[in-house]
Amino acid sequence: MLDAGSFDLRLYVSRNPQSIAVWVAMVALVIFGLIRYDNFGGAYNITSFLNYNAMFIIISVGMCFVILTGGIDLSVGSVAAFTSVIAAYLSPYGIEIALPCAVVAGLAFGLFNASCIVYLGIPPFIATLATMIGAKGGALVISGAQTVAVDWGSNFTKLGMEKAFSVFPWTIVVVAAVAFLLWLILEKTTLGRTVLAVGGGEDASVMMGLKVNRAKYFAYALSGGCAGLAGVFLASGFGAGQPLEGIGWELSAIAAVVVGGTLLTGGMGSIPATIAGALLLGLVFNILNFENGKGVISISAYWQMVIRGAFLFAVILFQARVMKTKQQ
Amino acid sequence: MEYGITSLRRLGKHGGLIALAILLLFNILITPNFLQLQTLSVNISQVATIAIVAMGMTLVIATGGIDLSVGAVMALSGALAPLIFGSQFGTDYPTLGLMAALCVPMIIAMLCGWFNGAIVAYIGVQPIIATLILFISGRGIAQVLTNGNLQTFQNPAFSYLGTGKVLGLPFQGWLALVIAIILSLVISRTTFGRYLLAVGGNERAASLSGGPVHKVKIGAYIVCSALAGLAGLVVVAINSASDAARNGELMELDAIAAAVVGGALLQGGRAPIFGAILGAVIIQLVKYTLLANGIEDEYALIAKAFIILAAVYLQMGRRVKHA
Repeated sequence: MLDAGSFDLRLYVSRNPQSIAVWVAMVALVIFGLIRYDNFGGAYNITSFLNYNAMFIIISVGMCFVILTGGIDLSVGSVAAFTSVIAAYLSPYGIEIALPCAVVAGLAFGLFNASCIVYLGIPPFIATLATMIGAKGGALVISGAQTVAVDWGSNFTKLGMEKAFSVFPWTIVVVAAVAFLLWLILEKTTLGRTVLAVGGGEDASVMMGLKVNRAKYFAYALSGGCAGLAGVFLASGFGAGQPLEGIGWELSAIAAVVVGGTLLTGGMGSIPATIAGALLLGLVFNILNFENGKGVISISAYWQMVIRGAFLFAVILFQARVMKTKQQ
Repeated sequence: MEYGITSLRRLGKHGGLIALAILLLFNILITPNFLQLQTLSVNISQVATIAIVAMGMTLVIATGGIDLSVGAVMALSGALAPLIFGSQFGTDYPTLGLMAALCVPMIIAMLCGWFNGAIVAYIGVQPIIATLILFISGRGIAQVLTNGNLQTFQNPAFSYLGTGKVLGLPFQGWLALVIAIILSLVISRTTFGRYLLAVGGNERAASLSGGPVHKVKIGAYIVCSALAGLAGLVVVAINSASDAARNGELMELDAIAAAVVGGALLQGGRAPIFGAILGAVIIQLVKYTLLANGIEDEYALIAKAFIILAAVYLQMGRRVKHA
């Protein structure tokens, strides 16, 4: 990938057959949108779309690591809500203080998850479910169950509301940098390959002497840290720490990862396809909004949920078929 | 230390009952007016819906699955009932209308369960993803049906489901009890029950020995959705109003937590039906204890988190012994 010339499409497809669906669907939706709606390809739509979806992308990328180890992290939405409150409280000190502190808070939740899973042997689903409930309680306690306004005087809201070189939203620049770094870690480092190996076969990985526990700690801490970052985006972009936000984010993130072709059983999947999965789910919403804007039909928010579910169903069916042909 | 943990785990075998005893004792000593029929009624009417859904969830978990769609199914069935008995047909023929308002939502709920089960069994999609589809869409369908409006109604016969009393205690509590007895008989006495545990215990072995794995799985999801549909009706009956946006919201989490606290193993193979009720009662009692003593709801969430972790950790001793 660093050497762009060596990218072989056939190799990519044969290695990631289940990722085809997401790319095909994304290209199809984008072409559809470009043809049908005037401002779909406009700078305003693209930047606001990316800015809004930045937090979902970063959460999905963190979730991808956890799922690659064969685990799951249900706590990301609550953790993001918690860290959005932390970030809002620290916003007077500027983004350079608020952001690291919120990310560290997210990391701490992730380490707690990992400890429950690795040391106590509690199944990931339950451990992170408990953290989800506990972090939500924690967010409500520290915020007094109120939204916490950020300090508009500091540079805190620049991250969520302004653009780098007046082109790309800062959030997307941060997400791109983090995602690239994580992609490098996953593909090029021993730690990253261990994450994949653990999901592929945990017992085998242990017997090979791989540092399985370290890989798990890394994955859950990373997911927590990414959720922490998403909390900063939330507070910075909407001007408030929001303890009640984040409901259902974990499921959106899981959906994005799965739509991107990562197997829930672990061991197989990719960061770019996960990002595509998150963008695709956002794109469905974006297109529905444009369709409403045309005024021909009016699709209520309720129908949008139905369509989203149906879309998820279609992608899953397509994936199942591709996997079946691949196996035969 | 090692001995300490072993005996702690041995305690865990009865951990649920011990936790219940401690909670009851604590409340009797501390909480004002705890030993009142009124308190009992309030708690039973609140815990019954969680218990009903948790029992269905226990069956699904016993097959090694999970059902995230229960809350959405509750919203859907709860939205349908007032639409049916409030329709022209329902007002012209009140008895038939009432029957239809009970049966049709249940049938729709069972179809949802069939949909979930079929995706899991035939297409081989992981349960968490398969049921995510209806989790997202189901509530949307319920809101489309009602245009997102709150439906209020006056229908004493229907409201009996949620407000009726039998021997002085809420009807839905008895309903949950009857369901529990039936389900535990089904699990211990029928071939469906034996296969259910076999599928969860070792799916491949169950399949190789000729067990109807697909049918059993789909059956579990159908029962789970049917019970969720019933719980949706009960909630609507309690409130004499149906709110598709709120009915069953986050119920999947409560139901999973209750099932797990009650001793269900996420990898399957165990279906402690009365455990699910015990789990639901414990979660409800913790919430009530904190509320009744003036501690805010957000601390109840944190307490709940630690109860879930503790319950699962203590139960793991059993799993090791059986393995």
